[in-house]
Order: sequence, then structure tokens, then C-alpha cells
Amino acid sequence: MAFRKLGERKPSEVPTSSMADIAFLLIIFFMLTAVFTSNRGLQFQYPEDDPKELDVQPEEAIHIKIEGEGQFQVDKNPIHSLEEIGGYIQGKIEKTPEKPVIIESLPNVPYYVMIDVFDLLKQIEVKNIAIPTKSERERWKSFFR
Amino acid sequence: MRYRINRIAPMVPTASMADIAFLLIIFFMLTTSFSPERTNIALPASLIQTKVTDRAAIIAIQDTGKLWFSDGEQESELMSSPEEIGQRAAAIVQQAPVKEFLIKADRNVSFQAVDNVLEALRNNEVRNIGLLTRIRPREDN
Repeated sequence: MAFRKLGERKPSEVPTSSMADIAFLLIIFFMLTAVFTSNRGLQFQYPEDDPKELDVQPEEAIHIKIEGEGQFQVDKNPIHSLEEIGGYIQGKIEKTPEKPVIIESLPNVPYYVMIDVFDLLKQIEVKNIAIPTKSERERWKSFFR
Repeated sequence: MRYRINRIAPMVPTASMADIAFLLIIFFMLTTSFSPERTNIALPASLIQTKVTDRAAIIAIQDTGKLWFSDGEQESELMSSPEEIGQRAAAIVQQAPVKEFLIKADRNVSFQAVDNVLEALRNNEVRNIGLLTRIRPREDN
């Protein structure tokens, strides 16, 4: 009968040679399925419905009416480019930095035109930007006429 | 004189490779966040952008006029009208009054569609609004 000598015993070990392959496969899976959500955009806040705030006269604000792409009215003066709007508002804001700017857009105007105007106001660091909703425009009918 | 050459087979040390790989896996697992709102929408571009809050509620407006709503946790659901969005928003605002609502609207959608949603949010005490945009490259100007 043959016996194996004690010294010939192979040391027991966990096979780890394929672990790196498995790990890299998992990395590739996570890299492909990962969607880095970095939501960015333009923020604004609606004021609380405070009756005192209704005392503010909209006439004190700058009114931008968007009628289409390249068709604007700023304080009832027709303007045809964003640069002109920027120049006009910058002049006003330098004197009174807190002056509110109201953006009114006609219903059929593409959304990106409104965003272009909003972005322009943010670039020239206008502090108070208002985007009145339908009911607010109704409330100040005389101003938005 | 005779030299004895002790030849050792060349090898790349791979013992630590698994450790590195698992560290990378942990990194990807921790940094990956799955967005509940995955509607494919062509966003308008803007130069100014601020990072909006994570887990904010998202309202998607597609160019077809379809409205989607997600509270930031659950998958987005198709909405029948802006009023339905208003109802959902009201329930959220009751729990978290400062919750931010993001509007993810297609760049070519009419302003009226966005206005209807803004109106519904405004009527239901939503205060913090974000309009999602993509970054505009400087040369666009």
C-alpha cells in the first residue's frame, strides 16, 4: 500500500486568479449603466401670497414682452435683439439694482426664446426677475395690456 | 569559470489588481444615482446655470405636449392635465414646503404649455422653481 509522504501535501488555497476578471466586468457594467445626473438650470422663486406685496406698483418694474424670436417690447418700445435689451436693462439696473424685471411671453412663443431672455437677465445680474403666470397677468391687466 | 544562471520566468504582479478593481466598483456604486425622470427632451440652452437640488420633483413637458411628473423618488408618470400636476404638487408641498420643482420642457414647446404648468404650481403654493437647461457653448453667442 502506498502512502503519500507528509511533505508532499499541497497547501490549500482559494483560486483568486479570476477575481480581477469578474471585478473588471462589474466595473464595465457600472460604467455603462451609470447616468450621472447633474441637473442644472435657471432658478427662481415665487413670492408668498402676501397682501402687502400687492401694493408694489408694477409700473416701477421693467417690462419685457416677448412676441417672438427677435421680437420684443421693452417698456413698450419695440426692440429686435437681445443685445439691445441687455444694454437698456443694464443702464437701468446700474441706477437701481433692486429694480424688478418682468418677463411676459405671448402663448405661442417657443419656450427657448423666454429662456434666452431669462439667461440674459441672469448674465447681467438682475436680482429681481418675475415670470408672472396667467392669473397674475389677469390681476394686473392694465399693466400687461 | 562557470556561472550558474538562475532564470526566473518574468511575470506581471497582478495580486493587487482585484483590490483596485473592487475599489473602483465601490466608487461607481456610491456615485451612481439613478434618475427617476428619463424622458428624452431637447432642453433649451443657457450660459448661466446653477446646480439644482437633488431629489427635486421634476415635471417634463415633451414637444408633443405630453406631461410627466416625478416626485424625485418614484419613476415619472404620465399626467392628463396641468391640474393633475397641481394636485400632486399640493400633496408634496404640504409635507415639504420648500421642495424644489424642476421644469424640464422641450425647447420648442410653446410658452403656453409651460405657463399652464407654472400656473398650476403657483396655485398650489409651490415657491421654488427651476427651469432645466443645457449649457450653451460660448461660441453660440
